[in-house]
Amino acid sequence: MSRIDQIFQQRLQVINIGAAKFKEDLDLQNIDSIQYDWRPPAGGNPQLIEALDWLQNHEQIEMANQEAIKRIKDAHPYLVDIEPAVKVIPGMHAKKILHSGPPITWENMCGPAKGAIIGALIYEGLADNEQEAARLAESGEIEFAPANEHSAVGPMAGIISPSMPVHVVENRTHGNKAYCTVNEGLGKVLRFGANSEDVITRLKWIETVFAPALKAALQQSNGIDLKSITSQALHMGDECHNRNKASTSLFYREIIDYFLQTDLDKSDLRQVIEFIKNNEHYYLNLSMPACKSALDAAHGIPYSTVVTTMARNGVEFGIRVSGLDQKTWFTAPANFVKGLFFPGYSEADAAPDLGDSTITETMGIGGFAMGGSPAIVQFVGGEVEDAIDYSEQMYQITVGENSNYSIPALNFRGGAYGIDIRKVVDTNILPVINTGMAHKEAGIGQVGAGIVHPPFACFEQALLTFAAKYRGEQNE
Amino acid sequence: MTSKVIVEKNAYHDSVTLMSLSGKLLAKDGVEEAVVSMATEMNKSLLGNISLLTEEAEQATENDLIIAVKADTDETVEQVLRLVDEALHARKEHKSGNGVKSVKTLPAAIDALPEANMAVISVPGEYAAKEAKQALNQGLHVMLFSDNVTIEAERELKLLGQEKGLLVMGPDCGTAIINQVGLCFANQINQGGIGIVAASGTGLQEVSVQIDRLGYGITQAIGTGGRDLHQDIGGIMMLEGMRALADDDATDVIVLISKPPAKPVQDKILNEIKKVTKPVVVGFLDGDREAIEAVGATFAPTLIDAARQAVSLVDPTATISSELDQAAIDWVEQVTHNLTAQQRYVRGLFCGGTLTSEALSIMRARGLQVKSNVAKKAEEKIDNLSLSVGHTLLDMGDDDFTKGKPHPMIEPALRNERLLIEAQDPETAVLLLDFELGYGSHDDPVGESIEVIKQAKQQAIDAGRYLPIVAYLCGTETDKQDYRKQEQKLKEAGVYVASSNEMASRLACMIANKEVAK
Repeated sequence: MSRIDQIFQQRLQVINIGAAKFKEDLDLQNIDSIQYDWRPPAGGNPQLIEALDWLQNHEQIEMANQEAIKRIKDAHPYLVDIEPAVKVIPGMHAKKILHSGPPITWENMCGPAKGAIIGALIYEGLADNEQEAARLAESGEIEFAPANEHSAVGPMAGIISPSMPVHVVENRTHGNKAYCTVNEGLGKVLRFGANSEDVITRLKWIETVFAPALKAALQQSNGIDLKSITSQALHMGDECHNRNKASTSLFYREIIDYFLQTDLDKSDLRQVIEFIKNNEHYYLNLSMPACKSALDAAHGIPYSTVVTTMARNGVEFGIRVSGLDQKTWFTAPANFVKGLFFPGYSEADAAPDLGDSTITETMGIGGFAMGGSPAIVQFVGGEVEDAIDYSEQMYQITVGENSNYSIPALNFRGGAYGIDIRKVVDTNILPVINTGMAHKEAGIGQVGAGIVHPPFACFEQALLTFAAKYRGEQNE
Repeated sequence: MTSKVIVEKNAYHDSVTLMSLSGKLLAKDGVEEAVVSMATEMNKSLLGNISLLTEEAEQATENDLIIAVKADTDETVEQVLRLVDEALHARKEHKSGNGVKSVKTLPAAIDALPEANMAVISVPGEYAAKEAKQALNQGLHVMLFSDNVTIEAERELKLLGQEKGLLVMGPDCGTAIINQVGLCFANQINQGGIGIVAASGTGLQEVSVQIDRLGYGITQAIGTGGRDLHQDIGGIMMLEGMRALADDDATDVIVLISKPPAKPVQDKILNEIKKVTKPVVVGFLDGDREAIEAVGATFAPTLIDAARQAVSLVDPTATISSELDQAAIDWVEQVTHNLTAQQRYVRGLFCGGTLTSEALSIMRARGLQVKSNVAKKAEEKIDNLSLSVGHTLLDMGDDDFTKGKPHPMIEPALRNERLLIEAQDPETAVLLLDFELGYGSHDDPVGESIEVIKQAKQQAIDAGRYLPIVAYLCGTETDKQDYRKQEQKLKEAGVYVASSNEMASRLACMIANKEVAK
């Protein structure tokens, strides 16, 4: 035990919590001090504060969260195969289409999602044209479901239809798998809602030429180690959400020799490897299922307040929490992204926040690792210092630091990961996401990129539901 | 008249910043109402009172900022809005001295300042105890400036501090000086051998200032918060503070400052004094001399007396005079001749609560019947706060006057309106004012009121009277506001500047009594 008079022998160093005026006077006296810009916890909502009081310093929760982040960190994803969705994704069938974000009905979907679904129905041969496809989608004959509920993820509209080839990513630590389509590149692409003939043609090419070639190459390999690629790419300026230049190059380096070991026709082979080489976002569709396989492994731990999913469908933002049911989403209207627009576009053109790519932020990369990716800052607006601030701030809302995914600009500190709903509500600090923006109308494509946050309401609801569930259990 | 109400979502600012900003805006020409506040229930109801609670404002939550302005023209409104924007924006850009920006959580603060040993907490009362508890659990000493903390929470915090060997100064602690560093509202005081523990902010300021003026100094000045000697707390912090100073080699004399506590608490304190080998001065205002002297302590009935006793214990050869100097006597004599027969009463408008109490005690001792909002005796309690009758002393920093407004030590201009009212009363014989200098206080407190003081004097002259004003500047030569300049402004306006609150009070009595000292 210390004694009060011991402080009389020490140099005073002060944390000033609240009125900044007092800090200014400490500066005048040349006293080391730090300003803590306090805000009411949980936005001053008494119901949330009461729930927080119960959930904080709760031993079972702390233990469960340690287990959750251990699983996330230990997960070791490999790309092992590429197969049609209907063959590998559990619960997939010929009349089912998966989409990004939380559950949503056809009538309520955003423009890009509708456009992509129309494209997918034409691609599947279930409709001949746009009108027919729209009618079919409306008819109720097609089942729509969130990719996230099927061990899958998709960027932007995130549409996965039965015949689409999906990367099969295996988490060799925990044995579960995750799935994601092949990234089509930029411009007029299905994930932004484009469904013209050239879009369909490319999808067909992916199905008939690209996928068999990649499958053959992967068969030569013992799987491609995605954890290793992500980890290295984070040291090469990628954050593996909006910047995938380094990771795509690393993947290219890993896969190329396996392609050469196959007996593929040379012209096909050249097309296939050129497709990877020319698409610097190729790795996004590997980064995402890699993250997904780790986070799925951490779902379903009783008492864990760690977020295992953040996803958007262009209308709503949804999150899921490890200690709560897999079908339980906490949703609120998606925010609009703030950032830079491509020439000719403005805020009025953008759809609300869209896509499952926030699985990267849930994993602790993407926006969370932006401090290590100065190049992305130019793309989303802001300054390098802001990016470092964002990355540093994320430690305040997460359970741990992932030393496998370290950030050079933060002295190789392990990235913040394991978003804790309690900390988000307590601090009012929201996870930071960097993301592309889709045009609100189908098929126009990307209009810009920027920064966005989940709505606070998702975390409020999650916290209240969590508290109600576990307090109830303890009272039984 | 035109008005505008803006709600900024999710833009939290601390209330001290906002209230002093509101105060500045209100002082602008053409501004009728200006409120910049977080959308708490209380602030919303205050807005409702001035008919500025729009539907949007009503929907706002505690994390939303409301800016409401009512002014003579659209132009003034826009001007005010620009000022708000500048003030709050500049605040955001502010970086701390060592280059680290502000942080948003306690763990981040500790990360940024791993050697931190003190937390100064000024968050709204309902949240303050939680923050203080977290700070204590991190091994930080705590100065809890916030008020409106429940007495149960205070007790819990103080017991926790006691267990951990940490200071818990407050809640509602305005002043402390630890290792010569002024925290919140404190003056720049010489280093010396006197250690103070005080349950009163301005009481502590005045005692330390007077010690400094006598040419002596202090080791530590520990604030306890006003309720520490309440029966439910039992003086935990005063006892701990006294023990810490007893163990501190640099401290030769210990001074305790408080209102007189309840008997059981007083017994506890006196019992502890018995164990202390160093001289102890007990400055319980209007306290129980007999009981205090019985345990071998020195009793001081007023703040000035506590300072004098402490100094003479540190240095028995010190020359200490309680006599008024000739210049003061001459001045009183001169102004007394100019008073009308109707001018009979002292009207005191104070920023410092304990200075009000000391003035009350001094005037009572000189036979005056005084009314005050700080009075404890039933016959001295004031009936109507907005109307002074007879001798009246008002603590303008009391909750009665500061609801939704900054404390007058932060924004002295808020006293101006009342100053003019008292000056216009033909029965006012003398105005008694205090100004606090030092850290935390306004950068130019005299400057905020000086025009109004001149106006008040002129109005009296126009009405065929002379209005004497006695002021006390509670501050030292080394305070950040520049004592000499503040004093000069008052003198130039014809205000008599006394050297202590006690002397100011005595001069006011003499004027009201029209007595001429022999």
